Amino acid sequence: MFTVSTTITKQIPVGGKWSSRISKGKQLTFTALEDGANVSLLLYNANDTDERYNMPDTLKAQHTAHLTKGNVLMSDNGRVLASIIEDSLGWHDSISGYSTRQLINQQYGVTTYQEQRNDWYRSGEENFEVELFRNGLTKRDLVPVVNLFSKVYCDVDGNMHFVPGHCKKGDTITLRTEMDVILILSNTPNPLDTNGQYPSVPVELSITDAESIQDHDLCLNHRPENRRAFENTWENEILTKGGMN
Amino acid sequence: MAVLNHALSERKTEETVYNKTIPAGDGWTYVLEPGQVLRLVDLEGNQAADTLFYDADHPSDHYSAVNTIQRQGNVYLSTGSVLVSESGKELVKIVADTCGRHDTLGGACSAQSNTVRYSHDVLPMHNCRDTFMLQLSKYGSEFTKRDLAPNVNFFMNVPVTPEGGLTFEDGVSAPGYYVEMQAINRTLVLISNCPQLNNPCNAYNPTPIQVLIWDK
Repeated sequence: MFTVSTTITKQIPVGGKWSSRISKGKQLTFTALEDGANVSLLLYNANDTDERYNMPDTLKAQHTAHLTKGNVLMSDNGRVLASIIEDSLGWHDSISGYSTRQLINQQYGVTTYQEQRNDWYRSGEENFEVELFRNGLTKRDLVPVVNLFSKVYCDVDGNMHFVPGHCKKGDTITLRTEMDVILILSNTPNPLDTNGQYPSVPVELSITDAESIQDHDLCLNHRPENRRAFENTWENEILTKGGMN
Repeated sequence: MAVLNHALSERKTEETVYNKTIPAGDGWTYVLEPGQVLRLVDLEGNQAADTLFYDADHPSDHYSAVNTIQRQGNVYLSTGSVLVSESGKELVKIVADTCGRHDTLGGACSAQSNTVRYSHDVLPMHNCRDTFMLQLSKYGSEFTKRDLAPNVNFFMNVPVTPEGGLTFEDGVSAPGYYVEMQAINRTLVLISNCPQLNNPCNAYNPTPIQVLIWDK
């Protein structure tokens, strides 16, 4: 008998990109296959892409400048796009943005497809432009990203510091989608990582069905703000699904 | 305590080409020509001026908070900061500042984010994102909600701790403090003078700001 695995596994290579529509209730585990991973991530509401991940709303509602287990990624409409349900690292970067073409050329030298073929150095900027376009969006829709696996902290004067060696081979973070989303990923260097030659390593993404959310859920109860954002999300689901034919 | 980059301006108010007071809860837009200087004055202190910038020649290219702070390696804006767009275009440069630092991470309040942060029943309260949308709607179909990227909060104090915390504190601003920025390229400026009543971003007392413009 032919059976279809319900777990989808993707390997995102050095400099790689990936996007997909992903339904509510999926569990996405990212695993660093080497030390020093950085995956820049964007999320949009698949049914209304004007609604998207909003860095300030996410951070100020949870009184944090970094993201870890218990936190949720909120949209500009006060709803939850995805929750962070597991995390081996304790800190993912929310403030450094994606690497631009200009920055990649400055830091690692100009590379071209003509010379280097598929080993040329990709930028977050171009990866996002392509995947946004694939999903009917443009650079106009670019907003601050989440940089999975990276730690960037600020000193009291506001200076930003990238922490080398934060992510080890085998580190993981698991997201759970709380609405139908478009996920866009760019496996390109953190813009503040000045270490080494094009610091990018392969990352595995494994997607399966999540367990349904329970009332004692960690992300739901992390702060009262989180619960209200979930309530906004569920209300929207009631308003936009079901009813008489 | 952070080092604050105070810098006074030599510009005289009698030489302005534009001078207007924006009450709390109101919005404002203006296209700055290259070289023009915009001063924002926190008239009564501890106000938050939520501000967005667009390349006036390509309005789909909005101010980028993260590109701006990534370039300067610092999350606060002050004298010398160059505010850039998503494409990396330099829009304005801060040329004088008596406040010392301005927030890039707190964004703008909205009806929806207010329900998350405070309670569901504050939904009807006036908020910055409504002001932004009302102002941008004047431009017809040129703008949509997609264009509301995270903004600057002039005069607002949102310290990021080394432990990764984010706090909203009573401001480093005071009555009469100002920030001045010079346009590098043609730049559309969009301001919401914050009406927030639920947190200390404006000391629970939204007050007017003044905008002054010089030709150079």
